[in-house]
Amino acid sequence: MEYMRTVGILGLQGAIVEHETALINAARNMNMDIKLKRIVEPSDLDAIDGLVMPGGESTAMILIGSKNGMLDAVINFLEKGKPAFGTCAGAILLSKDVKRGENMEGKKGAFPFMDTEILRNGYGRQVDSFSTELDMQGGKFKGIFIRAPIINSVGKDVEVLIEFMGKPVFVRQNKLIATTFHPELTDDTRIHEVFLKLI
Amino acid sequence: MSKLDLSKPLKSYTDVEIQLGTSELKRGFAKMVQHGVVMDVTNPTQAAIAEEAGAVAVMVLDKLPADIRAAGGVARMATPEIIKEVMDTISIPVMAKARIGHTLEAQLLQNLGVDMIDESEVLTPANQASHIWKWPFTVPFVNGCRNLGEALRRIEEGTAMIRTKGEAGTGDVQEAIRHMRQVQLGIAELISLKDNHQELMIKAREMKVSYETVIKTVEAKRLPVVNFAAGGVATPADAAMMMRMGADGVFVGSGIYKSQDPENRAAAIVYAVTHWDNPGKVLEAQMMVNEKLSMPGLDAMSMSDDEKIQSRGSSI
Repeated sequence: MEYMRTVGILGLQGAIVEHETALINAARNMNMDIKLKRIVEPSDLDAIDGLVMPGGESTAMILIGSKNGMLDAVINFLEKGKPAFGTCAGAILLSKDVKRGENMEGKKGAFPFMDTEILRNGYGRQVDSFSTELDMQGGKFKGIFIRAPIINSVGKDVEVLIEFMGKPVFVRQNKLIATTFHPELTDDTRIHEVFLKLI
Repeated sequence: MSKLDLSKPLKSYTDVEIQLGTSELKRGFAKMVQHGVVMDVTNPTQAAIAEEAGAVAVMVLDKLPADIRAAGGVARMATPEIIKEVMDTISIPVMAKARIGHTLEAQLLQNLGVDMIDESEVLTPANQASHIWKWPFTVPFVNGCRNLGEALRRIEEGTAMIRTKGEAGTGDVQEAIRHMRQVQLGIAELISLKDNHQELMIKAREMKVSYETVIKTVEAKRLPVVNFAAGGVATPADAAMMMRMGADGVFVGSGIYKSQDPENRAAAIVYAVTHWDNPGKVLEAQMMVNEKLSMPGLDAMSMSDDEKIQSRGSSI
């Protein structure tokens, strides 16, 4: 029997249950058996094969995670080259260079393993949140952007899988993927399937 | 020039088709604040403390509910300049309260660019006959409820998020618990009637909502939008208790800034919400605060009905 993979979902704050549903549906579409585990304690990371960082408020996640050693534990996990998938706030956490304002100095994300420069709330506030049809290899994908960040630039090891208005919105670097939009808010599981193939 | 520059439309999107302000986007915003704590603030200094404590958003109001209760008179939306200053000070979402049924206050808040509007019974209701018709707004709304019917009526008006009302400004959690229990029992009852169309129709008519809304709730086995707890949460244990009852997150109003240890308490409440199902961790959170510094509070049971904020505004 094939080894059953366990996928962790960073459970500090945000759209956690939506990712759990999307992962279960994606695994079913791939005929893959997976287990899910919410990650709130450093020891929760021990038995997982990949980590999803959900959308939510990156500031809140960092403050919450810094209280019980979660930040260091996740860095440790990623240093081993384990797969991770960040959406929106998750993409910010994974970014090497995070800017709060266009002209403000950037600083490292909490888990700076992706060679991307990202601008928080780059598309604006909630009144500017939007959805649109994105062009993805193999067809359209509905992009739901909520107070989303903009990826301004990517390093040479980063592959751009979807672009919108000339900016990357779905990127991959080895076993790390990130979207600035929310595939977990749609019924379309293709991006979650890309992640499950990495683990 | 006024400091109130109105929120700009996305002018650079001329060549692509985008949708703004859809239910998906509004309800989606509420999903992003789940498992978080939204804190009432009255100025940028308090907002910065809230952000630093790990709040997922702040709610700007002119006076804290406990002070509104003490002051009496008419409570209205906060000063726009103060809301704007809060928006410029912090990077987490900023919500603000509008009076029940006051469509104009809500339009002003939307133009100001707040991330969510709370159509709140904490302020003096502006329209006794109805709530705001919320579907046309781009900005999402949150509304209070005391039971399932009230929650579903607000959802039918277009709210993107529900919070149980509790009794604001008391520091007494019992009404928040009662309202959350009413909502959860209401949903459990509907689920128990699954496929019994006649009884579900009776329920819809009792709750003054459409049959379709009742069916959607049965199918989702929960409210169709995110549901937070509010009104009287004063300690980490209170917040964890509300999560245990099925809340998707917690609003804390007077509980933080009417205590004498607001910084510690704010962080402790956030910690308790993250780790609500781990009693050891909730104890750690509870040990970060000192009960002698909690807001003194008011026993909601000893209040007469007309002293209660929860029953203000249209009952349909």
